[in-house]
Amino acid sequence: MDFGPYLMLASLEGAVTAAVLALMAAGLSLVFGVMRVVNVAHGEFYMLGAVLAWVVASMAGGGAAGFVLALAVAPLVVGAVAAAADVTVLKHLDYDPERTIVATIGLLYILQQLTLMGYGPEARPVEPPFNARIALPWVEWGQGGPQLYWPWGLSITSYKLFVIGAAAAVLAGLWALMTHTRIGLMMRATQLDGEMAQAFGIPVERVYALVFGLGAALAALAGVLIVPIQQAHYLMGGDALLLSFIVVIIGGLGSLAGTVIAAILIGMSDGIISVFFSPTLAKIIATLLVAFVLVFRPEGLMGKRAR
Amino acid sequence: MLEVRGIDAGYGPVQVLRGLSLSARPGEITCLLGRNGAGKTTTMKVIMGLLPLKAGRITLDGADIGSLPAHEVPRRGIGYIPQGRRLFSELTVAQNLEIGMRTRRSPPQVLDRVLELFPRLADRMGQRAETLSGGEQQMLATARALCLEPRVLLLDEPTEGLQPSMIEAIRQVVIRMKAEGVAILLVEQRLDAVLSAADRVVFIENGRARETVDAADLRADPAVLKRYLGV
Repeated sequence: MDFGPYLMLASLEGAVTAAVLALMAAGLSLVFGVMRVVNVAHGEFYMLGAVLAWVVASMAGGGAAGFVLALAVAPLVVGAVAAAADVTVLKHLDYDPERTIVATIGLLYILQQLTLMGYGPEARPVEPPFNARIALPWVEWGQGGPQLYWPWGLSITSYKLFVIGAAAAVLAGLWALMTHTRIGLMMRATQLDGEMAQAFGIPVERVYALVFGLGAALAALAGVLIVPIQQAHYLMGGDALLLSFIVVIIGGLGSLAGTVIAAILIGMSDGIISVFFSPTLAKIIATLLVAFVLVFRPEGLMGKRAR
Repeated sequence: MLEVRGIDAGYGPVQVLRGLSLSARPGEITCLLGRNGAGKTTTMKVIMGLLPLKAGRITLDGADIGSLPAHEVPRRGIGYIPQGRRLFSELTVAQNLEIGMRTRRSPPQVLDRVLELFPRLADRMGQRAETLSGGEQQMLATARALCLEPRVLLLDEPTEGLQPSMIEAIRQVVIRMKAEGVAILLVEQRLDAVLSAADRVVFIENGRARETVDAADLRADPAVLKRYLGV
């Protein structure tokens, strides 16, 4: 295969990574933005989404119906678990920044080890609901000017296209929720000044539980979407958490637009560099990028400077 | 009537209020006077439920509001105009007012009436609150609280840093609210404003209410001011 088609293939793989990463990082960013909580357990919600997808799909007997059911059930269950963790643990720490980090580290291990005990150490796949190969064309300059041809190996599956589309749709929905609904207005008011939100009748504790649940549900959704591509494993949350933090720091903590831009940047470069060089180099470069952002633009690409 | 009886409160281990009592009657302006750090702002925060009450009772028309969760307090009809305005800075004027309107699910006419009081806000509904001038921000903070149709209005230094025309505009609104029978609790540093508008003055010292004086008596004999404020 020539360089051009090869680059396109790598970009498409990168776009899938970017889509999943954007969903997960949006959840992390939402939780930090509204609650000022650095949720170290976020990767485990992603893992839990993937594992639950396998559980639900196999209970439903596999197939497309099983996957669709998992897509609906797993984020709801994970969101409920997270909201319960907020009400029982984080609330009683008064959302103190340092203590919530320690608490979410604890939550990380609890979720991880419970999964190991219940689900086991195996990596298990979920069958995608559809998985047609779509061959992609490339342009070539022949005798009669540019002409299309279908290089061998340049293709994507319909499921991967679905992941990209689904992530874009969910993110658009999240943006609409934040900017055009009553609950979004309550969340933004809480984010801007929690005390004043309370002084105007906004039940901040309930908003926090909702936001923590919503953030976890986004991670779980990312987990469900990835599981037909990557398989569910109890340790899969670690790498995903690292990449999410990288994305959120580069994008600017609490900024949805910045998160999406950074997810595309990191996801695409991760895909391309992994294909042409090695996945390790991709991680090294991403981490280096974070270092540069922290030095030269600590508030991130789209974040606001602290006033 | 808002009644505060023997409250203790503070920030964590630091106690600020010690057995403070006061009351705010409908149709009257009750003014809190005292030196910096005496506990005026703390009193307002405790009334709003934003700081925990360690002892004492707070009642509104006989109903206990001191034990309510913070978000329930404004729903009983207490409008808060905090020091430094504390608007939702990135939200628009309209959204800031919407949050006020939703606190008690006020009917839409309330917003029309509030905008009648502050016509300048009506022209800036789509603008973000942080882009308003200081005076307009104070108008918005006041309008946001009036959207509750409050029975009690808490104003914490509403005229701080404003030009005289703005101070007068805010004063006119406060006097109008008083005429409509709202109980007004005011923290104000400018003595001339206090003496001209207040009905009663509560002197606060070291977290205790030392004395409550009719403003008319204070105008006749300002010697008390010297005792508590040293002016």
